[in-house]
Amino acid sequence: MKPRELATILYLTLAIVFIFLPVAILVQYSFQDGLVPVPPFRGFSLRWYEKMLANRKLMEALGNSVVVGGVSSFAAVTLGFLAAYGLARGRPRHAGRLQFGLMAPLTVPYIIIGLGLLGMFGALGIDRSLVTVGVGHVVINLPLCFAIVYSQLGEHQANIERAAHDLGASDLQALLLVTAPMLWPTLLAAFFISFTLSWDEFVIAFLLSRFDVTLPVVMWNMLNSGLNPQLNAVGTLVFATSIGLVVLIAVLLMSRGGRRG
Amino acid sequence: MRAGGVGGLTRWALWPALLWTAALFAGPLVVTLAISFTEHGSGAFTLDNYIGFVTRSDGAFLAALFNSIEVTAIVTALSVPLAYPLAYVLAYKTPPRWQRVLLVMLILPFWTSYVIRSYSWLVVLSKNGIINQVLLSSGLLDAPIEFGNSRGATVLGFVHFFVMLLTLTIYANLVQIKESYRKAAADLGASSMQTFLHVTLPLSLPGVAVGAFTTLVLAIGDYITPQILGGGRELLLPQAIMLQIERRADFPMAAALSMILMLVVSAAYLLFARHLKMERV
Repeated sequence: MKPRELATILYLTLAIVFIFLPVAILVQYSFQDGLVPVPPFRGFSLRWYEKMLANRKLMEALGNSVVVGGVSSFAAVTLGFLAAYGLARGRPRHAGRLQFGLMAPLTVPYIIIGLGLLGMFGALGIDRSLVTVGVGHVVINLPLCFAIVYSQLGEHQANIERAAHDLGASDLQALLLVTAPMLWPTLLAAFFISFTLSWDEFVIAFLLSRFDVTLPVVMWNMLNSGLNPQLNAVGTLVFATSIGLVVLIAVLLMSRGGRRG
Repeated sequence: MRAGGVGGLTRWALWPALLWTAALFAGPLVVTLAISFTEHGSGAFTLDNYIGFVTRSDGAFLAALFNSIEVTAIVTALSVPLAYPLAYVLAYKTPPRWQRVLLVMLILPFWTSYVIRSYSWLVVLSKNGIINQVLLSSGLLDAPIEFGNSRGATVLGFVHFFVMLLTLTIYANLVQIKESYRKAAADLGASSMQTFLHVTLPLSLPGVAVGAFTTLVLAIGDYITPQILGGGRELLLPQAIMLQIERRADFPMAAALSMILMLVVSAAYLLFARHLKMERV
């Protein structure tokens, strides 16, 4: 093996170790048979998983996170898709500026967006709740969804839309029955990216929630009252679920590819 | 000219997103700006929040600003050169079917939870953590050192995340560069180093710029990483903002600090603007 190839492989290996190190430790200490998830490792136990499943606050937060992530991502994809369609097909004047305006939230730190919404909701007398958290998550995810869909809306779809119009479809029919189905892998990708970001978002969820909270907020509260292996158990569960989803999507895509090929 | 629509729908389709962004993104920024000029408690107009930022006797806010800029600069300066070779190897030296597997491997660890991942680093870096064990058993250290609860730990936590993010953005850019450019350079007698320096590297700079700017925005606004890993000996700007909200319920001061943070990010944006084509993200 040439030295350059060896260096390449060494670098890749080191990078993978670096990237996996904290997660490996996280998973290992979820099985810790002691009161705190710190070395030395005391041996294998599933008790923290039992505790976690029996922890009502944690389970409620898990459900809240799924709902907030699902609903806000659906809203972000819908708004982003419509905007991308309007910009690509309507070709409004000042299209560049409108696009810049829609993408602007990407250049602002989450803490500022969260604080601003907190201030505005406060001034308007709107109480903090999971709804306000969801609104915040749509604000941060809309630009991404818009950008993802916009990048995939090309002439190819426009031609087929034109064909649909020539055959008598209305704008709405063409949008829902022709454009959206053609774009579904893109829309699905935008939804999942959006969901992932919402799922793990802390500062906006922390500032804009009150009694009902999302998973990162409840974990933060638990962490502040001391290290707890239940946290490792939740982290491992989330990790395992993500891997499961990835495998599922890969299998789905492969079977699709297989039918095509 | 109508581009495939009968008119109505294509024209209003843009409006919901525009109104949403105006009302719930631009609106709150204006409210924050307005609140930053009010006095805590009375709500009267004042410049004291901004004056206090500079003149405060212990200099805590100015220090937080400089710490934030410093840490963000260090994180970006470390993450880009660490990620670039990784993206390069993935894009050009890895068989296509392995590229996908490696990309998924790269992202996978970040689908745990951000809060928990940060505190896992604390465990890794602790006195009886794995890093100390390795260093002690290899004889590089005589006594264990606490690596956590420090600026270095904050930087490490950030670099961990941003190496992944930057690898993705740079990779996405590298695979778009046509192979024929590199082949042409080679045909004209360029060595592989020359091809890289004069063809590949310049063409990949937009990807680097987008990734570096994203790193900057996300890192300078992050609260969790420095709060969990930093140990509290120094504050970063987001921690200072949260302190105003949580401990002192001083919204106007928090708003002023946010506007200063916003100013720093805008300055960075102008610095990068030449290379950032937002529409190409």
